[in-house]
Order: sequence, then structure tokens, then C-alpha cells
Amino acid sequence: MSELASESSAQREPAVSAALQGAGPRSTGRAPGPWGGILLVVEHFWTWYRRNWRATAVSSVLQPLLFLLAFGVGFGSLVAGTGSAAEATGGVDYLVWLAPALLAVSTVQSAAFESTYPVLSGFKWQRFYHAMAASPISPAQVALGHLVWVAAKMAGSGAIYVIVIALFGGVGSAGIVVSLLAAVLAGAAVAALVTAFSATRENEGAAFNALFRFVVIPMTLFSGTFFPVDRLPEWVQPLAFVSPLWHGTELARAAALDRWQPLAALGHLAYLVALLALGIALSTRFFARRLVR
Amino acid sequence: MLLVADGLVQARGLRKRFGDFEAVRGVDVDVARGEVFGFLGPNGAGKSSTMRMIACVSPRTDGSLQVLGMDPDVDGPRIRARIGVVPQLDNLDAELTVRQNLQIYGRYFGLSRAHVRAKATELLEFAQLTDRADDEVEPLSGGMKRRLTIARALVNEPELLLLDEPTTGLDPQARHLLWERLYRLKREGVTQIITTHYMDEAEQLCDRLVVMDGGVIVAEGSPAELIERYSTREVLELRFDPALRPEAAVIAPLAERVEELPDRLLLYTADGEHTHAEVARAGFVPLSALVRRSSLEDVFLRLTGRTLVD
Repeated sequence: MSELASESSAQREPAVSAALQGAGPRSTGRAPGPWGGILLVVEHFWTWYRRNWRATAVSSVLQPLLFLLAFGVGFGSLVAGTGSAAEATGGVDYLVWLAPALLAVSTVQSAAFESTYPVLSGFKWQRFYHAMAASPISPAQVALGHLVWVAAKMAGSGAIYVIVIALFGGVGSAGIVVSLLAAVLAGAAVAALVTAFSATRENEGAAFNALFRFVVIPMTLFSGTFFPVDRLPEWVQPLAFVSPLWHGTELARAAALDRWQPLAALGHLAYLVALLALGIALSTRFFARRLVR
Repeated sequence: MLLVADGLVQARGLRKRFGDFEAVRGVDVDVARGEVFGFLGPNGAGKSSTMRMIACVSPRTDGSLQVLGMDPDVDGPRIRARIGVVPQLDNLDAELTVRQNLQIYGRYFGLSRAHVRAKATELLEFAQLTDRADDEVEPLSGGMKRRLTIARALVNEPELLLLDEPTTGLDPQARHLLWERLYRLKREGVTQIITTHYMDEAEQLCDRLVVMDGGVIVAEGSPAELIERYSTREVLELRFDPALRPEAAVIAPLAERVEELPDRLLLYTADGEHTHAEVARAGFVPLSALVRRSSLEDVFLRLTGRTLVD
């Protein structure tokens, strides 16, 4: 490429003489390490985000804001001062009780969304996952890069949400920072599982609609976000216990209200970490199956 | 190691099976440094499967394969770091700019931000996309996207460039521009492997090629060698009114060989004009007659009994 590299010809001279000796010029490329590769995939998404953040920022702040207004302020004023509400929230203001749970809802919902259409696009529409896999980056690094990016994005928009909640007077203590971490953990577990599912889809079909309709929305309604799970009929309660959102909500609420029950908290944490590990194992495997065949 | 000193790719008995279907059924290939090597064949011949194995994104089912002296099963990432891949379907990030696509891709090869910035500027020039550098990829034409994909494959200064159907779907003008760029890379010493089902592309670009059909190699040589070995110097193409079209067997004595296509007869002969005169003398009246040089298309027809592009 003598003509291409005319500016750096001095630097290229040795390579050219090596070519004459039969060894040929050596490529400048090398394979990044296991963590380096993941971070480079994150850098790709960050590059995309720097260009497109405006479009996504509005929706990622607006939707939680609507929830906050409708349930925290609107519905909250309805239950304010009622004995049953005070009993359920343990005496704190409904908005303060609700806020950490809404944080978990918003991270889990956006985690699910970010791991459906964008993942299928990487495989099928824009196909840039295939481009990554043709470089030294491995399919597992592509999958993990996606998950790290989703987690980072959730942490960022969650932090903004915390500020918004504070402006509405919904923050009771600095424990909300730990709530945010719990929410991101629950979101990461959901993202990993949904990513694995999306990696097996050839077409969007009805699968993503069904996922939102029959999994994400029921999970939002019955995971103790707006009322404690023990208010539900006993036969419904097991649904909450398998829901990662419920475990995330319990952790987030315990942190925000400083109502820790060590054994229960450990249980929630263990469940979410186990789901995350399962999701990572499946998604790295399914990415490899789809990109290397 | 039993490797030829400057062999970039060496395959022996290479096979690829997908379930019950065997796409590649025992292929031997040697590609030397600096040459442009082609896989010519119709869709489904096993060209792309072979390319994907060489590109280290498809583990082989059987046989041996060495790329840059390494085994793809063991050293996939290290091999991929030193090759460039132009896939059959574009896989650019359409929501990034042209320049960003080059830069971010270069980063995957462990190159510094400063390095990829300079390299992207140079590649934009090569791809004739400098004035579109900061536009999003989405609205670009097919030819521009293709040039960008090729430029992207050069970001790590690859020792081997793999191009899978590089001009499929492009208009003639875009194809010629692309060929010119690939020819320039060849002059600069970049080893290339190209799959194509266009015989004119193979003739234009390849120093040496193999003809593939049904997962096996049916012939190997330079375009000129293959034409000389499997065809005559010239071809007389005759079109007839369907009602008056003679049987191939009747006209066969006039040429070395006759091929019957749905819309015309091909008469293989050393001297097309002479044969044309003989056809007229024998009393056959074609609607049109055309004398041309033999091409790889004729080689393929001879070897497989089928045309390349159905």
C-alpha cells in the first residue's frame, strides 16, 4: 500500500524490504485480551450513544417520570393518611416507599427492551455482530460487551432517575445509592436472560411482543412495586418469588428504607447472581452458536 | 512444519458438514503470498463455506487447514487479527458515520485511537468516500457501502484479504470502480481470495482459480489455462426461430462441440467465422449469429453441464 501510506513511508520502509526478502509485510493487527475485547465492544456502543443519546435520553427519562407522577404523586395522594397504606409501607410516605421499587422497574424494563430488538439487529438487520466476530473479537466478548453496555447505561439513567425522585421529595436516605446497585443487578440478570433468548430468534415474529405482554408487564404489576406481595392471593404469590424484579425490589427497598433482614437480603442477592450467571452462560453460548457455524 | 515458505493458506481434504448436508466435500487449496486466488462456482457450490473456514468463523468438520501458518481451531483470534474480511452481506453499523465505522473497527484489532484516526483518513481516500466521511452509513448507495466494507477490511493492513462475492448486486459502473480498487491492492502486494459466480470478475481479477461445484473442486488453473484446457478458442452463438431450430446432433459435425442452451446453440470452434460460413452453407438460417472468445462461463458449462448464473 505504498501509495496509501505515503505520509508514513519512512515507517513502512523496513516492511517493504522484508517483503522483498519473501517474508512479506506484517499486519498491524493483534488480538486484544479477554477483558480488552469486551471493553472494545462497549466502546462501539458508546460511540453509537454519543451520536444518538438525545433520542434515547428522552424516552429513558420520560417513562419513569410518568410512572413517578401517576403512582407516586397521583395515586400516592389517594392513599396518603389511610391506615392500610401506612401499615403496608411501615409508616413511611408512599412516595418514599415506592421510589426504590420504581427504580428497579425502570432498569428491568429498559434491560428487557435493550436486549430484544437491538440484539436481533446485531445478528440479522444491521449484522454488525458478524463484523465483530470476523475481527479478533470472540462471540463471547460480543455478548459480554453488550451486557456490560446495558448495565452501564442502566446505571447512568438510573442515577438521573434518582435525582428526579429526589426533586419530587421521594428520597429518604443515602441508601438509595445501594438501591440503584440492586436495581442494576436485577436489570443485568434480566438483560442476560433476554439476550440469550433473543440470540435464538431468527425473526422477531410474535416472540418479543409475547415477552413484553406475558412476562415483563405482569412482572411489573406483581413484584411488590406498588403494593406488598403479601396483599395478593396466596396462589399468585409464587409468581412474585420467581420474578427477578421482586428480588431486586426487595433489595432496593431494604436499602432505601434501611430495613435490612440479612438472611432475606442474602437470598435475594444469591437468586439474582444465579440468574445473571445462568444468563451469561446461555447468551455467550448462543452467540457463539450463531456467529460461528 | 510441513508448510511451503510463503503459503498463506493450505487446505487438505477440507470438509464442512451442516447436519445431513455436506457443503464442502474434500477440498485441497494452496494460496501463495501476493497472488489473487478465486473460487468460481454457482450458488451452493461450497465457496462461501470454504471462505468462512479460512476466515476462522466456521470450524471445519474434517481435513487440515493452515492460515498464515496457524490452525484456525487453535489460533482463530490471532489469525483474524492479521486478515481482512469482506462478507457477502454488508455488516456495517448503519447508524454510525463512515469514519466511525472505520475507526471503531480498527480498535478491534488492538490499534490505538491515534493510529485508527490517521488510518481512517487514508482509507477514506482509498474508498473515495472522503466527502462522505461524516455522513451516516444508512443512506449511502450499495457501491459506496461496498467500498466502505472493503476499506474497513484493510484497517489492520491485512496480509490476506478475503472477499466473498464482492460485487454481487452492484451496477456495472460500481463494479468496475471496485475492480479497479482491488487491482490496485493487488499491485500493492495484498494477497486476495475472492469468491464469485461472475466469470468476468474471475477473469479480470484472478491470477489463479478453482472451479467449484457441489462442494468439490472440478478444475484449477489460471483463467487462460482453464479456457485453453476446457474450451476452444472461439464460440459461435446461434439463435434460431424455435420452430426452425435444428437438433444439436444435426449441427454437431460442424463444430468441435455443441452446447444446447434454452435460447441458443453454442458451437465451439477454433475459427468462429469459418464455422459461421459452414453453417450457412449447410442451409441453416439462424435469427442471429455471434462470434466471441471463449470465457470461463464456457469452461464451467463444459465441466458441469450447467451455466453459472441461472
